[in-house]
Formats: sequence, structure tokens, C-alpha cells
Amino acid sequence: MTRLLATRGLQAFYGDAQALFGIDFELAKGELVAIIGSNGAGKSTFLKCLSGLVRAPRTAIEFKGEAIGGMPAGEIVRRGLALVPEGRRLFPSLSVEENLLMGGLTQRPGPWNLQRLYALFPILAEKRQLPATSLSGGQQQMVALGRALMSNPEVLLCDELSLGLAPIVIREIYAAMPAITGEGMTVVIVEQDVTMAQRVSQRIYCLQEGRVSLQGRSDAFTREQISQAYFGL
Amino acid sequence: MIETFVQGLLLGGLYTLFALGQSLMFGVMRLTNTAQGDFIILAAFTAIGGIALTGGAPGLAALAVLPLAFGFGYALQRYVLNGTLGKDPLPSLVVTFGLSIVIQNLLLEMFSADPRAIEIGGLATQGVQVGDALSLGVLPLVVLATAVAATAALQWLFAHTALGRSFRAVSDDREIAELMGLDARKVYALATAIAFVLIAIAGVLQGMRTTVSPSDGPLLLLFAFEAVIIGGMGSFWGTLAGAMILGLTQQIGFRLDPGWGIWFGHIVFLAVLVLRPQGLFPKTKG
Amino acid sequence: MGNDIAMTNPAFDVARGNRASHAALAIGAALVLLAASLPWWGESSWMREFVEIACYFIFAMMWNLLAGYGGMVSIGQQAFFGFGGYVMLMLGNFAGVNPFVAIPLGALAAALVAVPVSFVAFRLSGGYFAIGTWVIAEVFRLSFANVSAVGGGSGTTLTALRGIEKATRESVTYWMALACAVAAIALVYLFLRSKRGLALLAIRDNEVAAESQGVPVQRMKLAVYVVAAFGAGLAGALYFVGNLRISPDAAFSVNWSAFAIFMVVIGGIGRIEGPLVGALIFWALNKFLSDYGTWYLLGLGLLAIVVTLFFKQGLWGYAQQRWGWSLFPTQRKLIQSDA
Repeated sequence: MTRLLATRGLQAFYGDAQALFGIDFELAKGELVAIIGSNGAGKSTFLKCLSGLVRAPRTAIEFKGEAIGGMPAGEIVRRGLALVPEGRRLFPSLSVEENLLMGGLTQRPGPWNLQRLYALFPILAEKRQLPATSLSGGQQQMVALGRALMSNPEVLLCDELSLGLAPIVIREIYAAMPAITGEGMTVVIVEQDVTMAQRVSQRIYCLQEGRVSLQGRSDAFTREQISQAYFGL
Repeated sequence: MIETFVQGLLLGGLYTLFALGQSLMFGVMRLTNTAQGDFIILAAFTAIGGIALTGGAPGLAALAVLPLAFGFGYALQRYVLNGTLGKDPLPSLVVTFGLSIVIQNLLLEMFSADPRAIEIGGLATQGVQVGDALSLGVLPLVVLATAVAATAALQWLFAHTALGRSFRAVSDDREIAELMGLDARKVYALATAIAFVLIAIAGVLQGMRTTVSPSDGPLLLLFAFEAVIIGGMGSFWGTLAGAMILGLTQQIGFRLDPGWGIWFGHIVFLAVLVLRPQGLFPKTKG
Repeated sequence: MGNDIAMTNPAFDVARGNRASHAALAIGAALVLLAASLPWWGESSWMREFVEIACYFIFAMMWNLLAGYGGMVSIGQQAFFGFGGYVMLMLGNFAGVNPFVAIPLGALAAALVAVPVSFVAFRLSGGYFAIGTWVIAEVFRLSFANVSAVGGGSGTTLTALRGIEKATRESVTYWMALACAVAAIALVYLFLRSKRGLALLAIRDNEVAAESQGVPVQRMKLAVYVVAAFGAGLAGALYFVGNLRISPDAAFSVNWSAFAIFMVVIGGIGRIEGPLVGALIFWALNKFLSDYGTWYLLGLGLLAIVVTLFFKQGLWGYAQQRWGWSLFPTQRKLIQSDA
């Protein structure tokens, strides 16, 4: 496969505490890969390393053939790698539309713009002038997702889209996925909801205490195998 | 009575100009510039020095100070103050406090302790007759108009421009703002650059309306700070309102007894702090 | 309590001192004894200088306690410094109290007034708390400047010591200063080694986490604020016994805070030795360079800026990190014993 994004022996630290102990990861163009694991397994840390929010050794992460480990987040987003952060992290002082406009700051060319997003998530058009954090959880997730899309990335990283959302809202969010991947977008999702992760993805990685405990095609594993990898049994 | 009220408003206009830069810097990067007042005085003396050196017109000198201030503020933030930002308020406090001492003593060395002024001839005392009993000074009116214009301009900048969006975003969440591609260091530097233009305007006008001496800075800082707190943080119109209230209370105090003017302003400030610590017109977030 | 672990699990020991600090303690005691004998063999100018340095040092030490351990950066501690001085003077001049006795009384008064002041000051935090304390100090200054009984804006003299012979007065003042300095060090050191001190460090590092662990944050902050006010008042009362003359501008000048900041930043904030090192460096600079007036102050300002930007731990802190120096250990180290 042609590797769009890869990590080799990725280690990460928060101060003195080690969070990742050597992650090997590969991503091909057009894939939707899921990363699962229990709390504290290192899933968010992994995405933060990829997007530049956590320091990583330069050669440990390769994107489009370039070593991007430790690069500032702004540089990475300019190269086409965007993160939908855990917990949304919208700007409270900005309206819905302003949040989306912030996403488009890098002005990367591509199909995604305000109109396209409002077509995908009509409720946002309705609430475009309201302060972003006054929306419901699900709607805020749409804004966060849209904000990342506005940078027209080649790879979209989604950190726990379903966090704190009701099942019906989660389904609504994931229903938008085909429209996103349909354009050839490559997506990595970090998910607590294992069933959802297996359903939407082609390949799956399971992290356990900072290490990869299982990887392969999403349909290749039984519930029991996944449980074992999840809990490190 | 009306006279006191009007004088209070005019004074409030001046205090608005002192306070806007402070409000801006704190709003964008949580930085408390304890040298605010000293930079205002420095701007005044720069204009005075410029006039003395070139024998030029005060208006030109005043205008020339503005771009200087912009560049100076940008460089100061970029290369000195950016290094002090963070959860701990001490580094920025010590550095700006140190700058305050450096500026005061530098000015003392260069200009001695004598009060100086920017001579604008008759304009300083010219008045406009309003009704029978009221005469308003032209200069104070100019100050008030400038204050209102500056407040409106800042408000517009923040609410309707891309730069303003950047300021708000970086103040909300620096990490995610950088994720969007912003370079926080440069955004901070721009904010301080603008704050310093406001400081320069305040300094020049202060030098025109009264005399300035090197150690005047700290008191101006306190006025700026009080205006921001009374008005409530997060809103420029709030700062203007706070400055007005401060100006009014000081004028009322002066009326009651010349020795108690500033003291009265301090007391009202403390009262607001105790009774309504978020200020009178705070901006609530999200 | 600290030795519970050691008692149930003899494989571990909780050690506090180290050989260097024990030696330092012995040397310190010897120095104090030597210093106490100064009036018999030293010049009176030395004693006057010591009194002044002691005041700077105590004030800086208390500022360090407040900022470094309490997490509250204040540029208004001069409010309590001046208040202590004025109360001492008023007790001495108007109530016939012996001024030397009035020194701790002035400190007590400062501690008491700190309680209502905290009610106002604690509404703010961070940089704005700092400036707020300055405003409060200004209110103190302007208030006292309008009280004619103590000379209003131009101040007044301490008449209560008039009858005492100069040499005696200077010696007693000197001993008082020595006692206050030692007491201040002991107070802070013992406070920080206690359980309360550990709680304080927990608050400093993470207030929210400390609160969730049951640490009464607000009460502790008030306690530190009051103790710091007591110390500032002590320094102030002592200073004006030595100075004999008080005025609002001298008593409530923001320069006191500026010097305290300077001493502590140079020496290293949050470390007990910091103010000591800083006070000594400050005294040395003062001695040799203060003739240069404005250039000297300018240099001090620049030095403070440079140290803050490049030596974040202060000069003593730098030494501590680099070479592990420690004279006043407050950390408890868990040492695996050989048993």
C-alpha cells in the first residue's frame, strides 16, 4: 500500500510519565482506520503527537514522505493533517461561523467551504451567529468536525467524536462520514464505542497502556479477541 | 453640579485612553503590564524630545510617535514579554515592574525631574461656550472624542475582522488556535503593538493637557487598572464606562475636598471590588 | 505523622536534614552569638546598617512566603509595613508604651488589619491581585497622610525614645533587629516544615487538586496572608524605631515591594535561602553602587529582568539545581535504608 501516514516506534511523554511505548502505525490513502482502547491507553496522545500538540521525535512520524515529528501544529495543518480535538474545544468567544472560519485560516485549496458544510449540517447554518458553545453537544461536535474540514486536509484525525453524546446523535454524526470520505479523504477515528468503530472502519488498531495490542482488518476479529486486546488479558 | 459631571466625563475620556491598552493586553494574553503608566509617560517624553531635537510642530511629533510605538510594542512582546507568559503571574509582573524602574530612571537621567509639557500654544486653554454657565475646553473634548473613537475602533476590530477573531481565539485556547495555523507569538506581538499605539496616543494627549515628569507613571497605571476593574473585564465599552465612573468619582471627591479626590476614586474602586467583583459591565463567556 | 511509614515498614526512612544543613545550623547559631556581641566591639554605623538590612530581609522573607509558598504575588505589602510602623509610633507617642515593646504590637496590629483587607484583595487573582494590593497600600498612604495627629503628609518623629541615651538605644535596637531576623527565619522555617507547610506547597502546585484532597485552601491562603502581614508589620515597626522619623511616603512606598521582589527574584523565589542570598546581594550592590543614583536603580531593574527571563529559579535556585546546594531543607526524602 502507498503509505500516506506512518509512525515508527513512536514514544511520547507527559513530563516524566511515559504515555506511548513505541507505536508502529500505517495509513494508506482513502482508508478509514479506527483506534480503540480503554481510557488512558494513549489514543488521544497518539493523535496529539500526529497533529503536533505533543512532542515527538522528528523521524518517528512520516507524512507524505516527510518527517514531521515535533513540528509546530500550524505547520502540520498546512501540510494537510487536521485534528478534531477530544472534547471539541471550540472557541467560546467566537460564533459558530467564526469557529468555522478559523478552521479555514490556512486557506488550503479543496472542496470544503462554508456552503458545503452548511449543506452537510443544515442546523449549523441556522445557528451560525450564535456563540459556538451555546449549542448542544452533538451540534458542537458538528462545528468541531466542520472546523477541521475547513482546512481541506488530506488526513482527518477524529478524537472521540461520540464523547458524551446520546446514541442517536452519534449515529447522526457518523452518518455524515460517507460525505467526507467520499471525496477521497483519509480518516483516522479514535473511538470508545467499539461496535461503531468496527462498523465504519476498514482496519483497526487497539491500544493498551501505550502499546499496540491488536491490529488488522476490522471484520477479522471476534468480540472476545477484541476484549482481550482491550483489557490486556 | 453639571460642571462637575462634565469635568468628570472629560477626565473619564483621558482615563479610557490610559486603560484601553491595559484592557487589550490582559484580554488577549492575560498579561498585566505594570509599566503601562510609565510607557505612557515615555511616549509623552519621546514626543517632547522629538520636538526639541527637530524644532518641529507638536502635531507632527505626535503622529511620528505612533508608528514608533507600534514597532516598539511588537518587538517588546515578541522578544521580551512572550517569554514571561504562562500560568505563573510572577515573571510578567517582575519584568514589567523592572521595565517601569528602568524607564523612570532613564527618563530622569535624560530629562531630569522637572515637569515638561508638549507646547501647543493656545489650544491648551481654548474653550467652547455651551449655554450660559458652561465652558468646555477644546483639548479635553478632543481627548473624549479620541477615547470614544478608539473604543469603537477596538470593538469593531475584535468583532468584525480576521485579526480580531485571532485575538479572541488565541485568548480562548492558545493550543487549539495554533492548531488552526496561528502563530500565537506573532498574534500576541500584534496585540501589544496596537496597545502601544493607544499608549502613545494617551501619552501625547497627556503631555498636551498637563505637564509630565518621569515619576508620573505609577499613578496612571493605578487609574488605568481601576477603570478596567470597575468597568468589568472582557469589554472595551465596559472599560470606557469604568473610566467614566472613575473620572466622575474623582471629580466629586475633588469638589468635596481637594485632598480627597484620588482617595475617593480608590474607595469607589474598592467598593465595586467588594460588592460586584466582576465589574459593572463584564462580558460573560460562552 | 511523618514517621508512620518508617514505623510500619522499616525498610524506609524519612530523612529531612543532611550533613551540610546540620553543619550550617551549627555555624548559624555561632554567627548569631557572635553578632549579639557586636555592640561591645563594633562601630555604631555597623549596627545601624544591620538594622536596615534586617528590615529589608524580613520584609523580603515574608514576601517570599506569600508569593513563593502562598502563590500570591503582591506589590502592596508596604501597606502592612507602614501600618506596623505607624501603630508602633502611635503607641509610643500617645499611649506611653515602650517603643521596643510596641514593635511586636505593631506587627500584631498589621496582622489584624490584614483580615478585612484580605476580604477585598482576595476578590482578585494573578496580576490584577498584585495591582489591587498596590491600590490598597495607596489608600493606606493617603489615609495616613490626612491624619494631622501623626503629622499628615510630612510625617512626624518618634518622641518616645527621646530620653534614652544614644548608645543604649542603638544597641537595643540592634539586638531587637537581630532577634526579629532570627525569629522570622525560625517562624518561616518551622511553618514550612510542618503539615501546614506541606499543605501550602500542595496549594501552590495545584489549587484545585489540593482542594479536592481536603486541603482548606481559602483558610490557608488567609493564614499565609496574615502571617506575611505580621512579618511586614514587624519589619516596618523595627525600621521606624531605627529611623526615628516616619512619613506616609516613606512608610507606604512601593519601593519596599520593589526591593523585596528584587531580593527574592535574584535569590530565587520559593526557597528559604533565597531572600537571604538576595538581601546580601542587594546590600552589597547598595553599598558600592548607590552613589550612582539613577544608574544604580536602572541597573537593578535590568538585572531583575534578565534574571527573570534567563534564570527562572533565581541565582540561588540555579545553584540548587545545578549543584544540589541546600541550607534549609524542607523536603522530606524517602530513603531506602539498608536494613
